[in-house]
Amino acid sequence: MANNPQRSFFFNVDWITVIIFLCLCTIGWFNIHSAAFDAHYPSIIDTHTDYGKQFIFIIVAILLGITILLLESRFLVALAPAIYAITTLLLIAVLVVGRNVGGNQAWISLGGGFRLQPSELAKFSTCLLLARYLNGTNVKITELKSFLIAAGIILFPMALIMLQPDAGSTLVFSALILVLYREGLSPYFLILEGLFITLFVLTLKVENHLYVVGALIVLGAIIMFVVKRNKKALSAVFLSTCLCIAFVFSVNFLYNHVLKPHQKVRIDIVLGLTTDLKGKGYNVNQSKIAIGSGKLWGQGYMHGTQTKYSFVPEQSTDFIFCTVGEEWGFAGAVTVLGLYLFLVLRIIRIAERQRATFTRVYAYGVAAVIFFHVVINVGMTIGIVPSIGIPLPFISYGGSSLVSFTLLLFVLIKLDSNRMGIIYA
Amino acid sequence: MNSFFIRRYVIAGIFITIILLLVAKLFYIQIIDDHYRLYATKNVLRPVKQYPARGPILDRNGKILVQNEAFYDIMVTPKEVKPFDTTEFCKLLGITKAEFDDRFKKAIKYSPSLPSIFEKQLSAETFASLQERLSEFQGFFPTTRYLRTYPDSTAAQFLGYIGEVTDRDIKRSGGRYQPGDYIGVSGVEKAYEDVLRGQVGVKYTVVNSHGKMMGSYENGMYDTVARPGERLTSSLDMRIQKLGEELMKGKVGSIVAIEPSTGEILAFVSSPTYDPNLLVGRERGNNAAKMYKDPYDPLLIRPIQAYYPPGSSFKPLNALIALQDGLITPQTSYYCTGAYKGGLPHCDEPHGESDLARAIAVSCNTYFSSVFEKLMNVNGPRNIDTTFVEWRKKVSRFSFGERLGIDLPNEGKGFMPTAALYNKTFGVNHWRSNSILSLAIGQGELEATPLQMANIECTIANHGFYYRPHLIKAIGDKSVIKDEYTQRNYVGIDAQYFEPVINGMQQVVESGTARSSQIPGIVMCGKTGTAQNPHGKNHSIFVAFAPRDNPKIAIAVIVENGGQGAWYAAPIASYLVEKYLTDTIKRPMDEFNRIKNANLMPDPTFYYSQIKKEAARDSIRKAKADSLRKKPAMKSVSTKKAKNNTIAYVAPQTVRRKYGE
Repeated sequence: MANNPQRSFFFNVDWITVIIFLCLCTIGWFNIHSAAFDAHYPSIIDTHTDYGKQFIFIIVAILLGITILLLESRFLVALAPAIYAITTLLLIAVLVVGRNVGGNQAWISLGGGFRLQPSELAKFSTCLLLARYLNGTNVKITELKSFLIAAGIILFPMALIMLQPDAGSTLVFSALILVLYREGLSPYFLILEGLFITLFVLTLKVENHLYVVGALIVLGAIIMFVVKRNKKALSAVFLSTCLCIAFVFSVNFLYNHVLKPHQKVRIDIVLGLTTDLKGKGYNVNQSKIAIGSGKLWGQGYMHGTQTKYSFVPEQSTDFIFCTVGEEWGFAGAVTVLGLYLFLVLRIIRIAERQRATFTRVYAYGVAAVIFFHVVINVGMTIGIVPSIGIPLPFISYGGSSLVSFTLLLFVLIKLDSNRMGIIYA
Repeated sequence: MNSFFIRRYVIAGIFITIILLLVAKLFYIQIIDDHYRLYATKNVLRPVKQYPARGPILDRNGKILVQNEAFYDIMVTPKEVKPFDTTEFCKLLGITKAEFDDRFKKAIKYSPSLPSIFEKQLSAETFASLQERLSEFQGFFPTTRYLRTYPDSTAAQFLGYIGEVTDRDIKRSGGRYQPGDYIGVSGVEKAYEDVLRGQVGVKYTVVNSHGKMMGSYENGMYDTVARPGERLTSSLDMRIQKLGEELMKGKVGSIVAIEPSTGEILAFVSSPTYDPNLLVGRERGNNAAKMYKDPYDPLLIRPIQAYYPPGSSFKPLNALIALQDGLITPQTSYYCTGAYKGGLPHCDEPHGESDLARAIAVSCNTYFSSVFEKLMNVNGPRNIDTTFVEWRKKVSRFSFGERLGIDLPNEGKGFMPTAALYNKTFGVNHWRSNSILSLAIGQGELEATPLQMANIECTIANHGFYYRPHLIKAIGDKSVIKDEYTQRNYVGIDAQYFEPVINGMQQVVESGTARSSQIPGIVMCGKTGTAQNPHGKNHSIFVAFAPRDNPKIAIAVIVENGGQGAWYAAPIASYLVEKYLTDTIKRPMDEFNRIKNANLMPDPTFYYSQIKKEAARDSIRKAKADSLRKKPAMKSVSTKKAKNNTIAYVAPQTVRRKYGE
């Protein structure tokens, strides 16, 4: 079946997703306006201010979205490896010629005040290549070879980004395990991941990590005793226990010998291990105050005291959710979270109605990435996740972030709109 | 469809669960826990900057040169001001209702919701009576500041002064300074700014919607204590510094004294000087403006920024170079008829036959012109340009025409003419030794700072090397030992050649031009100089070191318009030397008083010093202009600021500690 060239480019576009996109952008703009309001530049499009600039960025993003919808999406399949390769080169380039901002070398200056953040692009290119790879006819994720290649596609940019060093962006890629899970990866990996998170917390919270090791050995022994009949389960449990013990030791080692002090502090604060609240803890505490003061209905637009008096640092970017919480209250915060939930669930729905694996995989990738950003960012502002600098999609101030998320989303919309057709030769 | 599609529900489930967890926590923070709300909706955090005490500066014996005194600013946040008895308030503050309205309007214009300064620098006394009543005036609150105070009003140019940071300072510091902070502008205050300034702290107080201070936020958990600046022990000796300033009253000039065995600055006098207390506080703007207009330029740091032709004090240098080059020996003698060939330069009287030592002792121009001619013609008269270059190099090793690298800003280089200059002035190959003969007697284009001249004396005292002059002895309790200060800088003259020159210099004081400045019981070696001054009386110069064996002090004194070196510079130097070595002055006081009371100030309308270094002056001018950006004090006050001698070094927590007297 060939595509009818007379058909409008906007045929079959999932408008709900587009509307959610516009809603989030608008919410973002209003909150940035409140957070960054400068009485000297009251005009909303004044580019001296963050909100002025964000207004421009939103326009750019919308134009980008329209452009993507106008393009032929079938090229994307073919171009996926090239895009991935170019992104890899950029990731390497940024390590060499990138500007060092706040200890990270994450930006390449393009001149004229424009900057490019390759790690943002990497999220897009990885989803794309992963989609292409898993779309292959003989690829089964349950086979070791395929698994390793897929893992490699994800881990490779992760490693490069880790060199910048940008812990936040690196961690985003770990969310892509959900994509693999959907394509057939054993659920044990998910369970293991959840286990690892628990062990991570326990290892650091308990006085001596050896207690945790001891507990694991005991637990493992008990379970092995229970399933001693089942050879397969026995070896699985044994393997898992060993893995967990190894994990505990590596966490302990990493934490004590590899992590830099400022990173340690952030983790400590979340785990409640320290009350060093003068430096890092101050941000989070101020953030909680801001959000907490919102109560049910919030303090009203442009009336948040913590926002107005600039008590929360980084308020337009990483901590933008504070403004939501303070000025729009619990109701507003839940609404925003609800919007995000609705968005990712919608993306899942889009994913499941695809005929081609390519788009489905890509869709889950987009969902995972967006979800991860939301959870980590909001979690950071309410103090249940260590301070990791990643933005809130579509809402946080930042041209690079907005553009890359728009790219991520609209490519999906475009691919989805072609779901009835053949998208690869 | 895909065989694993059931997993969509697992994934969706994971998403929903995690979002619900976030919602739960939000619910807790926003709805259930009141704690945060208390801090935010009704209350506002006010970060109050805690300004630390700036480090005091002491002299080498622990006497205080400059320390701090507490003053109070009254801040206002207009939005939080509730109606109050304005008349009473004005009375307490000592301002009129009109002034109050004016200032309040300005505060609102600045920002209705942010605090701004309402009244600056109240003294402790005024503040004490206001403080108890301050709670009646909501919206107003105090902050403490420390200002510099100089108990002995000495060493103004040496210490320098501080002023408010300019935008340029803020930018250059990368945000370490904020508007309203203070920074050293000149002198030691500037050179050791990083040591002296300490670190600004912040105290978070909770303020309710009425503007009333409710107490410390979270029990001060977030506060950072202001770290006071470190105490700086300088090498200055206050006894001779004050004595020098006393003797130089009514005169324009400079004194520099250095300890030859270490390079430490013992005295650093610039005259005319001023009471450094004048550049502190509210009267600063007025006073600085007055001083700036003063034609005698009290803000000029003469020891390192005024250039003088060294005059006869330069002669030993030429002698040493000639000795080293083997061109003369101590026994070499010349006959002086009272004038050199061609008539210039001439001596005060015919000296007859003199060897090196005697020539130094009587300062025979004939002798030294002969030596200089020998030096210049060593490669033949035609090759004087290359010879001159070589000679100039040797002189440069004594740091003439070069900065010594003292740890003070804006040190002048002095000026040493080059062969290129002479080629330009006279034409290539059109000059011989007689064209530049004035260099033989330390005149001509040659210019040096008093520091450089004192440093020569150190070099001679040490028989061939000097230590880099510096003023820092210790920071806090730790002595400062830096490689650059302990390194010997050799000038390329063998030690043995210094003896005959020193013999001559000893004779200068015992029987020569400076014999009236002898100190009984102390062997001082020196050299008088009289610098020609086309605009008025000659300048009186004297350089020396003492005692001859194991020298403890090297000194250079310049008294402008003082006439011959022996008239003013030598006696002044000798009093300082005597005081430093014996801690007393045993010689008759009437001569002392005569010198002290002599007024040699030149007529200001004709006062033009060709020895001022314009560039350094301009940088001071710029620095002053920046720091005078603020409008001058609103009240007209006298130029003398009452000193409060009862407050010693004040630590931020107002613990009083007294330094040993």
